[in-house]
Amino acid sequence: MIRKVRQHPTQNEPLLFESSSPGKRGYQLPELDVPQVDAREALGEGNARADIEGFPEVSEVEAIRHFTRLSTWNYAIDLGLYPLGSCTMKYNPRVNEAVARIDGLAWAHPYQPERLSQGAMEIVARLEAALAEITGMDAVTLQPAAGAHGELTGILLVRALLASRGDPRKKVLIPDSAHGTNPATAAMAGYEVINAPSNQLGMLDLAELARVVDDDVAAVMITNPNTLGVFEEQITGIASLLHSKGALVYMDGANMNALMGVARPGDFGIDVMHLNLHKTFSTPHGGGGPGCGAVAAKSQLEPFLPTPRLARNDGGWTWDYHRPQSIGRVRAFYGNFGVLVRALAYIMAHGGPGLRAVTMDAVANANYLRKRIEPYYDLPYASPSMHECVFSDERQAKNGVRTGDIAKRLIDYGFHPYTVSFPLIVHGALMIEPTETESKQELDLFAEAMIAIAQEAEENPELVRTAPHSTRIGRVDEVTAARKPIVRWRPA
Amino acid sequence: MLDTIGVSSAEDLFAHLPPETRLRRPLDLAPGKSEYEIVEYFRARAAENANGYASFLGAGVYNHYRPVLVDTVISRGEFLTSYTPYQAEISQGTLMTIFEFQTMICQLTGMDVANASMYDGSTAAPEAAMMAMRITGRDHVAVSRAVHPEYREVLATYMRHHGHVKDDARVTEFEYDLDTGGIDFPSLERALGPNTAAVMVQSPNFFGVVEEVKRAAETAHAAGALLIVVFTEAVSLGILEPPRDADIVAGELQSFAISPSYGGPFAGVIATKEKYMRQIPGRLVGETKDTRGNRAFCLTLATREQHIRREKATSNICTNQALIALMATVFMTVYGRAGLRELAEQNLAKAHYLGGRLPLRFGGPFFNEFVARTNGRTPGAVNERLLDNKIIGGLPLDRFYPELADCMLFCATEMNRREQMDAVASVVAAAEAYAR
Amino acid sequence: MYPEQYRYTKEHEWVREEGGTGVIGITFHAQKELGDIVYVDLPKPGTVVERGKTFGSVESVKAVSDIYAPVSGEVIAVNRVLANAPEKLNEDPHGEAWLVRIRLSLPDELKDLLSAEDYQKYTGD
Repeated sequence: MIRKVRQHPTQNEPLLFESSSPGKRGYQLPELDVPQVDAREALGEGNARADIEGFPEVSEVEAIRHFTRLSTWNYAIDLGLYPLGSCTMKYNPRVNEAVARIDGLAWAHPYQPERLSQGAMEIVARLEAALAEITGMDAVTLQPAAGAHGELTGILLVRALLASRGDPRKKVLIPDSAHGTNPATAAMAGYEVINAPSNQLGMLDLAELARVVDDDVAAVMITNPNTLGVFEEQITGIASLLHSKGALVYMDGANMNALMGVARPGDFGIDVMHLNLHKTFSTPHGGGGPGCGAVAAKSQLEPFLPTPRLARNDGGWTWDYHRPQSIGRVRAFYGNFGVLVRALAYIMAHGGPGLRAVTMDAVANANYLRKRIEPYYDLPYASPSMHECVFSDERQAKNGVRTGDIAKRLIDYGFHPYTVSFPLIVHGALMIEPTETESKQELDLFAEAMIAIAQEAEENPELVRTAPHSTRIGRVDEVTAARKPIVRWRPA
Repeated sequence: MLDTIGVSSAEDLFAHLPPETRLRRPLDLAPGKSEYEIVEYFRARAAENANGYASFLGAGVYNHYRPVLVDTVISRGEFLTSYTPYQAEISQGTLMTIFEFQTMICQLTGMDVANASMYDGSTAAPEAAMMAMRITGRDHVAVSRAVHPEYREVLATYMRHHGHVKDDARVTEFEYDLDTGGIDFPSLERALGPNTAAVMVQSPNFFGVVEEVKRAAETAHAAGALLIVVFTEAVSLGILEPPRDADIVAGELQSFAISPSYGGPFAGVIATKEKYMRQIPGRLVGETKDTRGNRAFCLTLATREQHIRREKATSNICTNQALIALMATVFMTVYGRAGLRELAEQNLAKAHYLGGRLPLRFGGPFFNEFVARTNGRTPGAVNERLLDNKIIGGLPLDRFYPELADCMLFCATEMNRREQMDAVASVVAAAEAYAR
Repeated sequence: MYPEQYRYTKEHEWVREEGGTGVIGITFHAQKELGDIVYVDLPKPGTVVERGKTFGSVESVKAVSDIYAPVSGEVIAVNRVLANAPEKLNEDPHGEAWLVRIRLSLPDELKDLLSAEDYQKYTGD
């Protein structure tokens, strides 16, 4: 019996261009208080545009109905649990939305005089300090726009430091369990990617690593806890090993939700790391962005951080552009300030004890789910789970039911799927991260759904293989979408 | 719950961590605050920023009115708190709005394909350069000095560190014409070589001048290079002929109802011709059918992306700016075909009103930004006088262009009123009088 | 299943020798592993390929696979059919969906490849 959801009609809605009609309008501009200017005269004949062909024309009512109807076709955190591993889909506090919209912050122009921007700069400074304390690092930059951007920045810092020592090096070690952005980033920065294998505990093996670490290795990129949700127990040894060879340790901080107030990367040997403010620090995912990939580093890397950085001057804040060793800018202006406001509001709401409690609850929730689900799904690694747990579809695969099918059937039970088929080292992976947001009621509903589906996989595999059954849209034909891509509307 | 797990407290779940990794003291952060206190804190910080000033700043971030409908829509939990639309069956809302976004960007820019947004314009530009390098197999870029200075800095960072580095001189800057403010074509010609993958220009450029895109395209193509056209002021596309001769368009959509917000978050976009579709970085939404024959949308051509290609990805981008792009989509919907044009006409009128009353530095055609000289007093001094009138003046250009130290960049939009512009004109005129 | 006159590699490519040229493709086993193929990325004529090195890739919706050159030479023809109909690679991998034709630079390399029988044993098809 499915307890979490029940079917209900949802509105249909065409594309904007299909309900568009000439002359409809949803706007009104004030009267011009200056003379009109002829575009052709002012811009030149060839520069003036005749029309924006195909651009929609709808009324305000049509506009609001269009987007409202579409919104009802989405799942969201506000509707229920997202068990997506390594995504940390926690509640997005609404006070964060309110403070980000305060006029003096929302309308601040990055080039307005510094003495009229002290409030914004104070927010940046305070967040930098808070993140440094949480991670145990010395210096933080908030310039990168997202996790992958932060990773690139971090690796460029490593590169700059080694270059300054006259010891450039060519290789970066990356575990086979790593998120795809890690090797993509290393390759973008010009490094050769060497695979570091995980052992049967699902961790990096120090002895194995020692075999591949040489003087040409610039860094190892690790995630801790790793993508199996397992703490890298040999991390201090690994860090010592790399440091002894003059290499650095980069940490992907996507899983920081498992560590706050409990362990700090700066204390266990990490030299540089990125954080995903849209994961651990609750800024909204918004359907895929924006985010912020803050980078925290040890003091030896500080001179290389992107320009500009905040500095004190005459009792106030100023942007310091004089940074001769900096890697340069990684984006214009100062960072995703609107996201920073939200992250700082989150940290202020929790304080130190609150953040630690977040981590406690996140890990407890993940372990609760693991215990409830364990009897029904194959658990490839017996190591203790932190904030997420990873199963495989091995048992269900015997009946032709794979992780992707189980994920789709979960939709019928009222949940968004967990992370499917990742990490790659687990064949047919199911990666589950509930976060601290979820109550026991929601977790129980989820566990019951997973158990019910395991049963269905035995008794009625076809039902699972053809799921979902209750959604507006069934499984989509991704093959045709890739063979003959249609990526825009065109008039008939 | 703890019973089910088999522990007496949550602390036990951390017992397996090696002792040397554990933090043995509380985090040194202020205790948790109430909602009221948080709001008060940020209100106080906001009060320390400019409030109630008229502004004539542009330079890549523009003051345009944000229709109320934008926040109404994006504040819906189903948009605000939803995840990347990997599971198409429960993400059709997001996917369809992105499909509409991609379409409208194509209509605006005259291109065939647009992605689901990039972080911002300043990172879209170097991504476009790298795309051109992949397509041509070459690795040199010629970029105009009239492209936004901070965009060029980001380009330099990306190019300096790009994997395929073979030699140092991989970015060459070419000059702007001292009279028109547009491309100096002899300088462009000199910057081109057999290894040039792309010519990058911005239009309207940083000085507000509309570039000769067609001629730039011919010049670039004659050298076997692609033309990348960057835009920072999206509203200009309401009235300017789009850069149809470009191979790649990379732009910033902040003008479309995205708060200036001290520099971010914004949304960039890359658009290109059909033949380069598979080289475009970032997410793409495609139209398809589901198993029952219904029209449906899904992420497509994912094999370009990091989670599949890993080392061979076209870029390492994972996030797009979906929520910000949705703001732009709602804005474009509210204004629509006629409204965007009327909005652009108003901007043109306002800026030309102000420009007609100030000593213009360049003779090239401009949209809503222009460079003016301040004779008699420095731009900094003029701005101090303006601040006394609660007006934030234009951007003094000495920080980016030492040769233009006596100039400033003004932007006038539909949000600037006539009396504000009259005040600016009289302060600048007074400065001139000071000189005499 | 596997044509007798072709030679095969453990990376699931086949070669058909014709005079001094070799026609190269991927095997039935390869396309089965990949699933529905959506795109094929092939080199331009004139490209020099080296045995054991990648010269292109085959994409399904969720995966990309490199194609390794079974023998060395210069690309003299590329199969245009696959640009618009990548699904042919699933339908007829040994015939209509050949990938490239190369001028062999080291014909002796063919001797090191597997026979149809050995390849069949290797894949267990």
